[in-house]
Amino acid sequence: MSLRAPFANCVRWLVVLAALATACAPREDGATVQFWALGHEGDAVARLIPDFERSHPGVSVRVQQIPWSAAHEKLLTAFVGDSMPDVFQLGTTWIPEFQALGALEALDSYVARSATVAPGEYFAGVWDANAIDGALVALPWYVDTRLLFYRSDLLAAAGVATPPRTWAEWSAALERVKRSVGPDRHAIFVPLSEWEVPVVLALSQDAELLRDGDRYGNFESEAFRTAFAFYLDLFERGYAARAGAGATASVYRDFAEGWFCFYLSGPWNLGEFATRLPPALADAWTTAPLPGPDARRPGVSLAGGASLAIAAHSARKEAAWQLVEWLADPARQVEFYRASGDLPPRRSAWQDPRLANDARAQAFRAQLEHVRALPKVPEWERIAAKISRSAEAVVRGEMAPAAALAALDADVDAILAKRRSLLAGASRDAE
Amino acid sequence: MRRRANPAWLFVAPALAAIALFLFVPVFASLLLSFTDFDIYAVAALRNLRFVGFANYQTLLAEPLFWQALRNTLYFVAVGGPLSVAASLAAALLVNARLARCRPLFRTAFFLPVVTTLVAIAVVWRYLYHPRIGLINQLLAGFGVAPIDWLGDPHWAMPAILLMSIWKNFGFNMIIFVAGLQAIPERLYEAASLDGAGPWRQFRYVTLPMLAPTALFVAVMTMIGGFQLFAEPYVMTQGGPSNHTLSVVLLMFQEGFRYWNMGYAAAIAFVLFAILLAGTALQLKLRPLGGGPT
Amino acid sequence: MRLARSLLLHGALVAAATLTLLPLAWMVAASLVPAGGSSDLLANLRSGSLTLAHYDALFTRLDLARTLANSAGLAATVTAISVFVNALAGYAFAKLRFAGRDRLFRGLVATLVIPGQLGMLPLFLLLKQLGLVNTYAGVVIPGVASVFGIFLVRQYALSIPQSLLDAARIDGAGELRIFASIVLPLLRPILVTLAIFTFLGTWNDFLWPLVVLTDDRLYTLPVALANLLGEHVQDVELMMAGAVLTVAPVVVLFAALQRYYMQGIVTSGLRE
Repeated sequence: MSLRAPFANCVRWLVVLAALATACAPREDGATVQFWALGHEGDAVARLIPDFERSHPGVSVRVQQIPWSAAHEKLLTAFVGDSMPDVFQLGTTWIPEFQALGALEALDSYVARSATVAPGEYFAGVWDANAIDGALVALPWYVDTRLLFYRSDLLAAAGVATPPRTWAEWSAALERVKRSVGPDRHAIFVPLSEWEVPVVLALSQDAELLRDGDRYGNFESEAFRTAFAFYLDLFERGYAARAGAGATASVYRDFAEGWFCFYLSGPWNLGEFATRLPPALADAWTTAPLPGPDARRPGVSLAGGASLAIAAHSARKEAAWQLVEWLADPARQVEFYRASGDLPPRRSAWQDPRLANDARAQAFRAQLEHVRALPKVPEWERIAAKISRSAEAVVRGEMAPAAALAALDADVDAILAKRRSLLAGASRDAE
Repeated sequence: MRRRANPAWLFVAPALAAIALFLFVPVFASLLLSFTDFDIYAVAALRNLRFVGFANYQTLLAEPLFWQALRNTLYFVAVGGPLSVAASLAAALLVNARLARCRPLFRTAFFLPVVTTLVAIAVVWRYLYHPRIGLINQLLAGFGVAPIDWLGDPHWAMPAILLMSIWKNFGFNMIIFVAGLQAIPERLYEAASLDGAGPWRQFRYVTLPMLAPTALFVAVMTMIGGFQLFAEPYVMTQGGPSNHTLSVVLLMFQEGFRYWNMGYAAAIAFVLFAILLAGTALQLKLRPLGGGPT
Repeated sequence: MRLARSLLLHGALVAAATLTLLPLAWMVAASLVPAGGSSDLLANLRSGSLTLAHYDALFTRLDLARTLANSAGLAATVTAISVFVNALAGYAFAKLRFAGRDRLFRGLVATLVIPGQLGMLPLFLLLKQLGLVNTYAGVVIPGVASVFGIFLVRQYALSIPQSLLDAARIDGAGELRIFASIVLPLLRPILVTLAIFTFLGTWNDFLWPLVVLTDDRLYTLPVALANLLGEHVQDVELMMAGAVLTVAPVVVLFAALQRYYMQGIVTSGLRE
């Protein structure tokens, strides 16, 4: 007996400790909508939420912020671990993946009965990126596309009066800037870890990144090779530094100090540059739509950004939709734009005087009419990583361009192997 | 006579159960997983899970990125390991020197980095390494060294991580070396001294051989730790630039939890394990060459 | 000659110690200067413009008090459970007789070479089945027992005189009673050692909590800090305050109990 009693005691203690550990897990009450917002959008949207809660008594919202660099694994892990939030921000390129998982609530019926959300109002390329096989699975929240940021003072000092409209003009401008800033500084900043730069150049060349119903890589196409050659030239000619990730931590400082003139970047930097650059430079920078490959074709950029999605397994879908719909209201989009600098996906929101009178933002407005969705395959994230890896290897002289693109196609084919076999299986089932 | 259960089992049962359930079962499951194509399609519907034999291993061994991660990790182990052991030994000799005053103070100073939180320290060093505002380049500028883009330059990123890692860890092995040094009988030094051996020869012919078993242990543990490199590149470089700091465990994490290629990630884990075993066996085999008594 | 050598030695010691402590000193100093002040730290320190604003921001705006409590609570829980479980097993492997004991122990020690990451993926799936993803229990459970802990306790427990235990048995004491009233007090030093190891290990652990915890209210300090870095990479001084907050508790704990800690390393290092 003396043996069992203390032992039972110990077991009891263990059980109590274990129970304590589990009991500390946060318990959600029925009406709190969990909302995961990524990066600085989390900051911005959290400030709008009190208004929502005032106008929607009975619904409360908890915003959790997740850095972009960890967002993808957090969302996937949460899905697998059954701890998805009700509403979450989703990078546009991730939509196909989460759709394949069955993580997304189809929104067509919600949109159909909504008085607020008008599909025709949205930029076509952006809306298309949110529809998978004809079903709308996420609602565009803000748009992201890439275009040119540049130091207008440095450009003028180099003797270039207007921003380049074609690749030829662009090359000429880069050459003059490079000559004017000297050997230590550069004409353009191209972060090697970003796949977006080679990809938008390819989109401008009308490249199809994947072929045969997105079953194979298509990076050895004429169009992609042309774009890639232009990309590599930026480094070959010394316009861009072969710098790595460490330098991007200080991109604002570098831009302010004139270490480069052009920067191919997205709309979030409208706000970042405005707040982080010294006041003396307030009028020394601006934006321009992407130059086209030639005078006949406009520069085409990617339809990116982020959308709001409702978890398919959410227990609070109605409340979740109320939040999504409220955030989609043009008036709210303007507020959100003011809070975050993120550009609205609806044309009517662009009538806001702040946007309409902002020349830098208007360059995005123009660009957004020429955007294309990226391939809608769940594997895109991995493919994109391969693209930046190949581009970086070539830029660093570790591979020859042709060999790198051939290897890229082979890699992408391998990544898509399972997709091919599942598609083949599905079509057999259909017969 | 009725046999009663041996009470000893009650003592070991909780620990064994926990270890079995949370170590052995997952490791075994991981082995099984590495022969499947468990990915996000399988997460969506388990019928999309297929047994693929050694396909993951084949893909892995044909994947340049894996070899790069392995090269990076081996570099970290092969260059960082000896440097780290040497730094530990040097610190131990300094702290343990007969003339040294305030030994506990210095010992604590050298040891402090060991107890600090790796993630926090990696954040700190990220800034120390900053090309222009970082302390390291500011100090080097005092010696006329041009600024180095430590974490942005592929040639410097791994050495930078390595340096931080040595700084963080050398104190641990130092303590073990100090214990080893203190276990060397004083009479050996006296005898060597009588034979006319100076400090260097004493070190070479008494200290080093007597320290060999300790050094072996330290080397094996350092190697095992080195192969598990993860948090430093995760926080400081995310594996960049150009994947020059991508470690095997970071690759496994990315494949596993970023993309949910669990089968493939499990294969990475097992290849790593095989290398670890081989490395440990090799070092143990090399032991006689060290010439030390065991 | 002796003086010269002493000077040389102490010069080397002081130089090495300075280099070792410099990053930590920089961290503390940078956390105390106004935003943007770390790029010219000395000037800011000399002018005496120190501020606690970054710590204030961490606790008010970024809610790190909760994170601090999470880290402390989790580390304490894991420590309490695992010290107890490992002490039971370590003692049994040293002093109690049962079939296959030594073979079992050798087998366990052999598993020390298995890297923790090996079973991580299925462990996650297992915890999902148990409904423990995104709970504190999910973080605690894998740390409940450790081979290293059992090993540490066993090596120490070997030195307990058998006669002491036999005498108690003759007096009719049960095994658990012996454990509680005789063995535990004797094991105290090694248990303190193990407790510090476990506490620091859990406090500093990153990969597992990063994977298991999805809700930011449950985050531990390292996870929160990495999370913060994504958002505030430009805010050097704020990040340094976060780093100090993460590092300071373990440094203090270590300073208070370092004798035990060092002893533990030595014990683990001098296994046969």
